[in-house]
Amino acid sequence: MGKGNPSSATLRLKSFEQSLKDSGLFPLTSIGIKTFQINVGALCNQQCRHCHVGAGPERGELMTKDTMKVCLDVLKKYHFPFVDITGGAPEMNPNYRWFVERCLGETGSLVKTRTNLTILLKEGFTDLPLFLAENRVEVTASLPYYLSGVTDRMRGEGVQSASLKALKILNKLGYGEGGSGLILNLVFNPAGAYLPPGQRAIENDFKRELKKKSGIVFNSLFTITNMPVGRFLEFLRRSGNLKPYMERLAASYNPEAAKSVMCRDTLSVGWDGSLYDCDFNQMLSYKCNHGAPSRIEDFDFGKLRARLVVTGTHCYGCTAGEGSSCTGAVTV
Amino acid sequence: METYYNPEDLSKFSSVGENAKGLWKKFSIWYESVFKEGALSEKEKALIALAVSAVVQCPYCIDAFTGKCLEKGSNAEQMAEALHVAAAIKGGACLAHGIVMKNAAEKIGI
Repeated sequence: MGKGNPSSATLRLKSFEQSLKDSGLFPLTSIGIKTFQINVGALCNQQCRHCHVGAGPERGELMTKDTMKVCLDVLKKYHFPFVDITGGAPEMNPNYRWFVERCLGETGSLVKTRTNLTILLKEGFTDLPLFLAENRVEVTASLPYYLSGVTDRMRGEGVQSASLKALKILNKLGYGEGGSGLILNLVFNPAGAYLPPGQRAIENDFKRELKKKSGIVFNSLFTITNMPVGRFLEFLRRSGNLKPYMERLAASYNPEAAKSVMCRDTLSVGWDGSLYDCDFNQMLSYKCNHGAPSRIEDFDFGKLRARLVVTGTHCYGCTAGEGSSCTGAVTV
Repeated sequence: METYYNPEDLSKFSSVGENAKGLWKKFSIWYESVFKEGALSEKEKALIALAVSAVVQCPYCIDAFTGKCLEKGSNAEQMAEALHVAAAIKGGACLAHGIVMKNAAEKIGI
């Protein structure tokens, strides 16, 4: 078992695997690899209170250029539709730009990057928005809410105003503007131990309020359920919310969401080249298993495309309500 | 029983129906229907429920509908305004009963 995952027995919950069995979905199996998600490191200029990675300025784990080269070899061979670069703040990996350019030039995949937005205003990174626009990289940016009080409480003092400033820079380059082809998506997380609202409804609120108050536009809003992993798990334990939150997630188990969980068509690569079914399993140290290789150097498409997914109690986070994934709700 | 209200009792709500199962079943079906999207959105209904919960001073309801409001996308400002609407009606109703007071005083006065 990985570090820190609360067990269903301790919480007196039905096991996630039993829920899968009850809905005819056990064992959970992948159905190909559509998204090749690469976590290039835990280094970040922020220390968000809900971060499942536990990312921050003191984190030294960074993917090396050699590991990136192995990822590129795999991508060149198999041409997965999407490459999703994440972190930490992925931009802080010294080889980030080199890697993005190679992914674009050599793999044929659509390249997406995640950003915390504030990094785009820091010295040494201010030319990144133009770099991303010129390379037509799809941007997925974190913005937990359209009001500053909520965002600053979760992500740090002053983060909302800096994030809005960065969004305006991206908008000026054409990101989020209809017809530009430059895609800018935002990510919403609940500000506590509760489920996200319906994705369509809150997207409408975000679009109306950001346009009205700041003139900001974007393409889509992704609602992501806070996973009981990393700093958010620490918060749940510290605040006495772990049991009620896990009960809420388990009671909201949605078989339709379980059918469409992202691990079924995603492969997640860790900063050190380890392979995982998703970024959350990565943070719990649950490597790909059940006969599938767990290292990028041992990549075997035949074994990985229809692998048995490693599951645990935390998986209830992806199957509650409308479901949750790195690209938002899975049933809307 | 050390206290009348215990947060853990919220999850035992359905046990209230054990001795009147037929009635409880009817209540549950009706209750569920009430909060579904209709002419009002689920978000609006949750805000109304939160406001009413404060007026009837039910801690279980306040706890449950605070979470429900957040899950339906309301923020702290919207929830606070809903409470003020409830408080205004409650306060206004109190003052409106001043008419009864005035009428009563008028009746017995010379």
